[in-house]
Amino acid sequence: MSAYLVEPLIQVAYIFATALFILALKWLAAPATARRGVLAGEVGMLLAVVGTLLHHEIVSYQWILVGFVLGSAIGAPMALYMPMTAVPQRTALSHAFGALAAALVGTAEYYLHTPQLSRFTMVALALELLLGSLTFTGSLMAFGKLQELLPTRPVTYRGQNVVNLSLLALAVASGIYLVVEPGASHLFPVFVTLGLLFGVLLIIPIGGADMPTVISLLNSYAGLAASAMGFVLDNKLLIIAGALDGASGLILSVIMCKAMNRSFTNVLFGAFGQVQAGAEAKGETRTVRSATAEEAASILEAASSVIIVPGYGMAVAQAQHKVRELYDALTKRGVDVKFAIHPVAGRMPGHMNVLLAEADIPYDRLLDMDAINPELAHADVALVIGANDVTNPAARHDRSSPIYGMPILDVDKARTVMVIKRSMSPGFAGIENELYYLDKAMMLFGDAKAVVGDIVKALSDGGHG
Amino acid sequence: MTPDLVASLYVLLLAGFVGFEVIRRVSPLLHTPLMSLTNALSAIAVVGAIIIAGEQRSTLTTVLGTLAVIASTINLVGGFMITDRMLKMFKTRERKKP
Repeated sequence: MSAYLVEPLIQVAYIFATALFILALKWLAAPATARRGVLAGEVGMLLAVVGTLLHHEIVSYQWILVGFVLGSAIGAPMALYMPMTAVPQRTALSHAFGALAAALVGTAEYYLHTPQLSRFTMVALALELLLGSLTFTGSLMAFGKLQELLPTRPVTYRGQNVVNLSLLALAVASGIYLVVEPGASHLFPVFVTLGLLFGVLLIIPIGGADMPTVISLLNSYAGLAASAMGFVLDNKLLIIAGALDGASGLILSVIMCKAMNRSFTNVLFGAFGQVQAGAEAKGETRTVRSATAEEAASILEAASSVIIVPGYGMAVAQAQHKVRELYDALTKRGVDVKFAIHPVAGRMPGHMNVLLAEADIPYDRLLDMDAINPELAHADVALVIGANDVTNPAARHDRSSPIYGMPILDVDKARTVMVIKRSMSPGFAGIENELYYLDKAMMLFGDAKAVVGDIVKALSDGGHG
Repeated sequence: MTPDLVASLYVLLLAGFVGFEVIRRVSPLLHTPLMSLTNALSAIAVVGAIIIAGEQRSTLTTVLGTLAVIASTINLVGGFMITDRMLKMFKTRERKKP
């Protein structure tokens, strides 16, 4: 085919791909149309890739094919066999791959065109490389923490923020130098290394409970890196897809920050682990009421409405299928069972919803914080499974509490509160949860999966009487 | 600034607004699939990687390009597949019965 025909054909393919990408996100808005959205995205992607393969600059398909085969061989099994509890890890890893691709393409572009890069292309290239490199290592660190290969507690040291910010300043300065002097190729590896290093140090002080925000932020960076690549390659499709990804990550991080009543800078530079010291000073020993699974079962059975509050503890214990059994057992007895989902429950946005959906719980039973809070006041039982800080009433009234002002699930307003928890150790923020000391609270100590299993068993044993 | 560049900046601006408006409407229920879908979409970086790997201008760029094709194909294939796998799990009670 002649170039006169091919070039417009490629552009038409890109335009259709752009429309399909936007439709994909539009259809994702509701569960009923969401799978159509995935299909639209797939067709758009196919069009874009086929269009690109027609490009006249391509002289050999050999390595492209190798890349496709290897990438599919790694990506497909990961998507098919990975357990749903590992979704946050996979997401962090995919941000790393996306950022890596941007950084590699940027590096190749630099060495191909230096020193004839226009000033503006160099600005875009520097942005692409900085975002790409820091997101690559940052996401790998997040992956390591989520997979528990690295300590999940925030790691802090004196002068951490000074070190991080000076490193960033150095990286930006060398980027600016490269923009002014694109021919300074000896500086290029230094620039990339600084970006990589900054990514590592940025994530070191981030703890597990901040992961939903950080994953969203890294998502946004990976998208913006792709968008910058679009400027370098003068490809509008890339600019748009990257902007959509960047916007999505940004919206999610804002939602996560609001749900924790914290700012971006506070999440990134104000390691939360520091406040623990004051928590023990209260002195007075208060008692909690411990209960057995049988007692819990008899209360649940007598209730007319039960609201279950899942948290990261449910994910860790892989208790979602047992929770479904409990849901079935109670629903069969005519109990109205709903789930209260806090935006930051778990390790990434929407984590709990995916786990409960995996366990076949109908999604119309999963309610977000604003919808469920008025209902909690009328509920007979609120059953907290592995959630902690998001249920702490101190956030509402205790001005000295580090989580003061954070929107919480009003679990304490339910008639009876049951808490399944491994031990009395405080949650991530290192704060005592006063919920546990309420008169109407009963504690069920143990592994979430085992305790829920015991309750289900007690329900079925008692059911015959 | 060249006219091309100005046009690209407009495109970025408009795409950002479209993104905000469309994504704002996504139910919190689907925030995890949202993240994996946008991740798959941004694997469109494969377009840049394909050209670098296929141009074969130098050994270095061919290697970098091929690695970039691998990395973005992982996201592309894996991203769409996991999103679909997750979405298949979201059911209402009514649909479960028959």
